[in-house]
Amino acid sequence: MSEPLIYDLSAPGRPGVPLPAPDVPAAGLPKGLVRKDLPLPELSEIDVVRHFVRLSQLNHSIDTGFYPLGSCTMKYNPKVNEDAARLPGFAFSHPLQDPETAQGNLALMYSLQEWLCEIGGFAGISLQPAAGAHGELTGILIIRAYHQARGDARRTKILIPNSAHGTNPATTAMSGMQVVELPSDARGNVDLAALRAACDDTVAGLMLTNPNTLGLFEEHVQEVVEQIHACGGLVYGDGANMNALLGVVRPGDLGIDVMHYNLHKTFSTPHGGGGPGSGPVGVCEKLVDFLPGPIVEVIEAGDEDEAPLFGLVMPAQSIGRVKAFHGHFGMLVRAYTYIRMQGKAGMRAIADHAVLNANYVRARLRGTYHVPYDRICMHEFVAEGRWAEAPDIRALDVAKRLMDFGFHPPTNYFPLIVHEALMIEPTESESKQVLDAFAEVMLRIAEEARTNPDILHSAPHVTPVGRLDEVKAAKDLVLCCRPAELGEPAKRG
Amino acid sequence: MAYIPHTEDERQAMLAAVGVRSLDDLYQAVPAAVRFPDLELPEAVSELEVMEELQALSEANLDARHTVCFLGAGAYNHFVPSVVDHILRRGEFYTAYTPYQPEVSQGTLQAIFEYQSLICNLTGMDVSNASHYDGATALAEAAILAYNHHRGKRSKIVLSPGIHPHYRQTVRTYMQGMGLNLVGDAALGNDSAALAGLLDSDTLMVAVQYPDFFGRIEDFTALGKAAHAVGALLCVCVNPLALGLLKPPAEFDADIVVGDGQPLGIPMSFGGPSLGHFTVKKEFVRKMAGRLVGETVDGRGQRGFVLTLSTREQHIKREKATSNICTNVALMALASAVYLSAMGKRGLRQVAELCYHKAHYAAEQIGGLKGYTLWNRGEFFHEFAVRCPRPVADVNRFLLDECGILGGYDLGQDYPELRDHMLIAVTEMNSKEQIDDLVAGLKEVAHV
Repeated sequence: MSEPLIYDLSAPGRPGVPLPAPDVPAAGLPKGLVRKDLPLPELSEIDVVRHFVRLSQLNHSIDTGFYPLGSCTMKYNPKVNEDAARLPGFAFSHPLQDPETAQGNLALMYSLQEWLCEIGGFAGISLQPAAGAHGELTGILIIRAYHQARGDARRTKILIPNSAHGTNPATTAMSGMQVVELPSDARGNVDLAALRAACDDTVAGLMLTNPNTLGLFEEHVQEVVEQIHACGGLVYGDGANMNALLGVVRPGDLGIDVMHYNLHKTFSTPHGGGGPGSGPVGVCEKLVDFLPGPIVEVIEAGDEDEAPLFGLVMPAQSIGRVKAFHGHFGMLVRAYTYIRMQGKAGMRAIADHAVLNANYVRARLRGTYHVPYDRICMHEFVAEGRWAEAPDIRALDVAKRLMDFGFHPPTNYFPLIVHEALMIEPTESESKQVLDAFAEVMLRIAEEARTNPDILHSAPHVTPVGRLDEVKAAKDLVLCCRPAELGEPAKRG
Repeated sequence: MAYIPHTEDERQAMLAAVGVRSLDDLYQAVPAAVRFPDLELPEAVSELEVMEELQALSEANLDARHTVCFLGAGAYNHFVPSVVDHILRRGEFYTAYTPYQPEVSQGTLQAIFEYQSLICNLTGMDVSNASHYDGATALAEAAILAYNHHRGKRSKIVLSPGIHPHYRQTVRTYMQGMGLNLVGDAALGNDSAALAGLLDSDTLMVAVQYPDFFGRIEDFTALGKAAHAVGALLCVCVNPLALGLLKPPAEFDADIVVGDGQPLGIPMSFGGPSLGHFTVKKEFVRKMAGRLVGETVDGRGQRGFVLTLSTREQHIKREKATSNICTNVALMALASAVYLSAMGKRGLRQVAELCYHKAHYAAEQIGGLKGYTLWNRGEFFHEFAVRCPRPVADVNRFLLDECGILGGYDLGQDYPELRDHMLIAVTEMNSKEQIDDLVAGLKEVAHV
């Protein structure tokens, strides 16, 4: 039985949340501007609670099971983070109140800026971007502004390896720049010969995901960075895969000029079913003045008795604001809490166990699933969900069958350079027991692919709904429901 | 180490299975010269210690729970029923990823579908996306939609000076590589008629805010007609809470309605995360940015929901995508869906009316004070500007020190013409007694 829509639970006149009676005289309502009808549902609180609790129960989540979704870093979201972000001084402070009355918030943001700069090897950072893609846009606009400020308007090309996330080319187009795609070599690295051929004085920069989307550390990263710098370009680092690098190598030390972090991947802030995320952008010294603002700075140094005075400052040649106010502050509180609890030693431990877990699962599956670039991986690896002996089976079938065993499927059909890709990222949160149970199920599914392919084709069997008709969804385009007339169900349209 | 479950025995067994001797051996591909930096970070602390530290930091702030707040300007102090946060704290919701696997994500998908429905019904528009980062970025994406709608052949955007300054700055940031001409907002006096005068056959969009940054409300039907007459789109940026009372912008024939959903059940949280609304007329659905949830059926004929029209999006279309957005603010969209469901038809209207009446009471009292002049002339919702007899910073310092009140926004920061003008927001959280205290404080500071 599917859960009714919120409008189907509504009854005319049912009282909802009570509010205080007016304690001031009523003013005349604005003439000609008052709406006639407000088509919202009418429910009692218990209806609302049951409805949304029942909906929640239809989800797979990190809190209910293993979630090895490659490139998403579905690590444990600590509960203390949630309590921290809800402390009244954080949750109920106003973004435009006098900074002198928000020194706790600014101190927290300042520490986080310092820590993220240290972890990534950057000279400056802006906490404003709201998500990874937003950070990318910020970073490419910074690269553009840097070249423009030098009077070098010829540089309009951004080089992007073909293994990159789709956000990289989309971001480049949004920034008014041109995309030049680079092929990968036989070991999954950027093809150096193609890179050399593409480098000239029209190159603004390169977007590099390292570890790349195959989960491999770019073996020629230093040559790639040198090539780009030699032709006058800058290197943008996609920090989506930063979890593997914590305490292992700082992207800034590799010569990356600008990079976004995903606090909702690397630093444990929850994904929320698709956000809010947070995508701070770190830069090298020569780009600091171009960061979006405001940035938190020390306005008056402190001493033993007096805390420093923090303020909000707009960098001199800033690309401008990328959103209202100061970024996703609630996410910043969570990331601060996480880094503080992990500390210096914890950073390296996160990477070590994330990388160990990925390699362990790879080692357990590699004889059964083809791993196209089979070498020591970083935090994730890509296997193929296809076998010559099971010609009708696709990665999608493996993914759907995994659901029957209570596992969330890996990312599938990405990266595009691998056929029938299954991209597996266990994260450091998972124990050997969980990984073993997952590996056993993966091996069993591979066996079923040969012996009982139908059970894969018809999977999943135990989920609230079966495979859904995506063609119908795109054709009918039922994207909302309208309130019911009396006695009628809610209308779609 | 917190949240890492491995025992030493397990670690050794796993290293052996991988075929390496130590954890260090996993990183042979990393250049040795820069491998294993000595990070200058503080040592780890326990949960007990970190909460003490955070408690102290949070208490170093003033906040609207402990101080009376009349500050708005795009972030508002509203009542949020307890039910909202109890639902948000469901791990099944907040620890799930984007619902790419619909069979195990029906909770998130249906909640987003209901969010889309509630926002469509509130704004009167045909289609809502699954959310955008905030009102500012939603407005910037509206400009991109309008630009693409005209296939890049038009280059002028007309912006009202009554749009939140941060939003206008964000639009400029987004558009800086596109070679566009953004006009209209340099002169504070540019009203709807003046904006209509700026429209021409090169204009791709005109954008206004409703209620505007100063709380003013007006009918934009004529501006919409003028925009459509030259083929430009009308974008209205709304405070959705005001739509509990006010005529929905679809009635102005708006093509795009965006807005910031923070007033609908989301704490101010020093400005984020908030919620960007993004709604359009049906004809623009294939050009809109962001995720969309649509209804369909499974193989057994059961109703279900999926992400749809993803051929617009970056993971399929790459550089031809309508936007690069992927992660949005789904959990905040859930918050507003729960809020709107709990408040319902009557609750939202009541909240909007409480804001309206209280703000009008405050404006009348303050406008009657010697030395203060109400700047707003026509209709307004829950925010208004007032000229003070002294610099706003001085007034606010007095209000805070002497009355425990967080005063209004200093408009001189963004509008040089409005030096000494304060923007005051009044919501259902402000009792008559608080308003009277504000009035008394303002009266007193005029004579200090």
